[in-house]
Amino acid sequence: MQFKDHKPIFLQIAERICDEILGGKYPEGERLPSVREYAAEVEVNVNTVVRSFDWLSQKGIIFNKRGMGYFASQGAKESVRESLRETFFQESLPEFVEQMQKLGITIEEVEQAMNSHE
Amino acid sequence: MISIQNVKFGYRIHQEVLDGFSLDFGMSGIYGLLGKNGTGKSTLLYLMMGLLRPQNGSVTIDGTSATLRRPEVLQEMFLVPEEYDLPSISLKSYVKAVKPFYPRFSNELLEKCLANFEMTPDINLGQLSMGQKKKVYMSIALASNTRYLLMDEPTNGLDILSKSQFRKAVIEGMTDDKTIIISTHQVHDVEHLLDHVCIIERNKVLLNEPLVEKDAAIDLEELFIKTVKD
Repeated sequence: MQFKDHKPIFLQIAERICDEILGGKYPEGERLPSVREYAAEVEVNVNTVVRSFDWLSQKGIIFNKRGMGYFASQGAKESVRESLRETFFQESLPEFVEQMQKLGITIEEVEQAMNSHE
Repeated sequence: MISIQNVKFGYRIHQEVLDGFSLDFGMSGIYGLLGKNGTGKSTLLYLMMGLLRPQNGSVTIDGTSATLRRPEVLQEMFLVPEEYDLPSISLKSYVKAVKPFYPRFSNELLEKCLANFEMTPDINLGQLSMGQKKKVYMSIALASNTRYLLMDEPTNGLDILSKSQFRKAVIEGMTDDKTIIISTHQVHDVEHLLDHVCIIERNKVLLNEPLVEKDAAIDLEELFIKTVKD
């Protein structure tokens, strides 16, 4: 796995798991790989993946069954989508708008460009 | 715990590589031992193994002097040197000869590591390339299941894919009670594996800290350059 600078690795791994849940790799109610298996897959320290799993549990996206590992929660896909939408409006959109203002691009131009893509 | 206290060592008279050097590996975990070339990283590993004797000071493994080379200490230690020769015998015979020295040797882990490195168990050690030799020896090292595993520049001579396989093998072979010490100047090859980082420069420990991510990702190379320069 390639990591970007200036963003904690545990968050990047959590986001990867979110993408995988959204993509249907871990259906709701199904078990995720163990922390060690996942650590080996992304080639990082086990403790880093423990933090990613903790973070996802706190968000209610996955849950821990004692002695059995982590499972994708009911409604995990929806929570991920919700959380990604939040990120879009909080992080991606302001950057996008800033670029538009810098370049003098109007919302109509953007709409036009989007329509011609479809 | 491996404790290095006030150690003096040189290969020639009046040319000490280490002098008054102290460093502890207290908790289990994966340690990165970083330093510029010629700062004594390999020397330290050999001192821990009892292969070199300090001219002054002490190196102890769980309280026992490394110099004594006690079997009960050595059965919990494994060193993968940077370069080594392996005899021209089958892997099977080699494992048969090595295994009795390590009470927790795991055939299962050996097979897993070899498979991970895309090596088969039916090989002759005399017919391997340098990279393949490293992979086989590292598999044996991990399978020995010793409490302490020391690796000197383990990613040297490995191609990109093999480096990735190496990281997977270390993570799969690691357990909570083990201490793995990886000496390297190839910071990027191992940075995400480490629990703890030690940066040394002649006689001095410049940095000895657990690696805990706070708000941003830690760039170990940046940290290294900054620490060595200051």
